[in-house]
Amino acid sequence: MTVAVMTRPLGRQASLPRLLAGPPGHRTLGLLEHEQTHGPLPLPGLRGRAQRDSAGRLMDVIERSGLTGRGGAGFPTGRKLRSVAAQRGLPVVVANGSDGEPASAKDRLLLTRSPHLVFDGISLAAYAIGADRAFLAVHEHESRLVSGLEAAAAARAAAGLDLVPIEIVGIPGRYVSSEQSAIVQYLNGGPALPTFAPPPTHERGFDGRPTLVNNAETLAHLALIARHGDQWFRSAGVPGAAGTMLVTVDGAVARPGVYEIEMGTPIGAVLMTAGGLTERPQAVLTGGYFGTWLPIDIAWHLPLTHRDVKAAGGALGAGIIVALPDTSCGLAETARVVRYLAGETAGQCGPCVFGLPTLADAVADLAYQGDLRAARHIERLTGLVAGRGACKHPDGVTQLVLSALMAFATDVGWHQERGPCYGVRRPPMLPVPGDMADW
Amino acid sequence: MLRRPPPADAARARRYGGLVSEILRVNPIACTGHGVCAELLPELIELDPWGYPIVPRAPLADDMLPLARRAVASCPVLALSVQKGPR
Repeated sequence: MTVAVMTRPLGRQASLPRLLAGPPGHRTLGLLEHEQTHGPLPLPGLRGRAQRDSAGRLMDVIERSGLTGRGGAGFPTGRKLRSVAAQRGLPVVVANGSDGEPASAKDRLLLTRSPHLVFDGISLAAYAIGADRAFLAVHEHESRLVSGLEAAAAARAAAGLDLVPIEIVGIPGRYVSSEQSAIVQYLNGGPALPTFAPPPTHERGFDGRPTLVNNAETLAHLALIARHGDQWFRSAGVPGAAGTMLVTVDGAVARPGVYEIEMGTPIGAVLMTAGGLTERPQAVLTGGYFGTWLPIDIAWHLPLTHRDVKAAGGALGAGIIVALPDTSCGLAETARVVRYLAGETAGQCGPCVFGLPTLADAVADLAYQGDLRAARHIERLTGLVAGRGACKHPDGVTQLVLSALMAFATDVGWHQERGPCYGVRRPPMLPVPGDMADW
Repeated sequence: MLRRPPPADAARARRYGGLVSEILRVNPIACTGHGVCAELLPELIELDPWGYPIVPRAPLADDMLPLARRAVASCPVLALSVQKGPR
C-alpha cells in the first residue's frame, strides 16, 4: 500500500529535528556539545525590577509561540506560566519526565539524548515565574537514566549555569504515579498516589506553594523558544497547533521508535516516517493506553493536532501511535491492555478497584469466549466505572474499551456469533510491562 | 418520583446563586461502601454491584436538601458531602 501524503506545501519546510538535533546517533549530548548545537542558555541573570521585566517578556514570547503541554492535556504553556506567577507565594517548578504510558518512550529518549535542553527549560521556566526551587521527576527504576541526569546536573552546577537548584527525584514507576497530583503528594512526603479534589497545583502544590508542573518535552520546547523566538517556533506545525512534537510509533511499522514530527502531520505520514508499513493495518491506537482506537480509513489522513484527533473521536495524549495489522485481533489486544490497567489501579477507589477487573473479565470474555451479550455487558460496566474515581484512571480505561467496540464493530459481531477469530493467536502487538524481561 | 428543577429554575438559581445549584459528591478514596447513604436516601443514591454509591450529577432539588444533609451527616467515614455548583 503506497499512499503519498504531502505534509505541507513545499518551500516553507521547517528544519527538523529540533529537540533531537545534534550529532547522529542516540548518544547523550554533553554540556559542550549541547551548547554547540543549541547555543548557550539565554538566562539574563538580572535581579529586582529588571528581572521581573525580562521574565514578563519571556512569558510573552512563550504565550505568542502557541506552545501547548506535551504531556497529554495540551494546555497552553504560556497561560500556565502566568497563572502560577500570579499566585501569592514563592513558586516551584516540577518537570515531569516519567512516561506514565507504558507505550510511550519519548520522555526517556529526550532525557537520554538531550538532558541539558530539559534542564535549560526548567531553569528558564523558574526564571520566568520567579521560582527558587525545581524538581525533575523520573521513574526511580530507570537507574541508568537517573545516574545520567545526576551527572548532567553536576556538570551544570560546576559550570554555575542554573540560578535555582534542580533536584532529580525518582518516583515509583507505576502508571498512576506519573499523575500530577501523585507527584506533588510524593514530593510532599506522601505516597505517590493521586489525591481527591486537591487544591489546584498551580495554587498550592509542593510545600503549599504555587507549583508549575510541566512535561519534560514541553520545557525543552520552551528552552528553544527562548533562544529562537516565537516566530521560529511557529514556522513548524499548522495554525492552531504550533511547533514539533515527539511521537512514539509502534506496531506494524519497519522502524518503531520515537520521532520528532511537525504538529499537524497526518498519521499516515508519521507511519511512513517510521519506516513505512510492514503489514496492512486495520486500526491505529492514538494517545496510548488512555487513548482510543481509530479505524485506519479515519486515521490515515488525520492531522496530529489535539483538535483534529479529538474531532475524530480520539485523543492525541502523549503522542503514541500504534498501527495494528489486519491479522491481529483488536479485541484481544484491548483485553490484554485492560487487564494490565486493571492491575495498575492505585487501589484507592472502590469503583476502580472492583470495576476494572470486572470490566477486564468482560472484555476477555468477548475476545476469547464470544458471548452473545458480551458487548452490551461491557457497555453497562463502562457506565458504572467512568467518572467515579479520584483520578482519571478508570475514565481512560473505559474510553479505550468503548473506542475498541466502535473501531472493531465487525469483530465484535464475529466474536459474539462465531467465537474468537484467528487473530487472537497472533503474538500481541501492544507492549504490556510484565511480559518483557527488560522492563 | 424524583422531582428535578425545571431548566428555567436552574438558570435562575445560577444567576442569583440560589439553592438548587447544590450537588452531592462522594470522595471515592474515603468511601468504603458502608451503604448508609443509599439506605437513607434511596430516592437519589443507588449502590453499584460492588456496594459503592452512585450519586446523581444533577443539582439537588430544594425539598431533597434536608434529606441529603442527613445522609451526609450519617456517613461513617465522612465521604459524602453537599457542595455548591458543579465541581
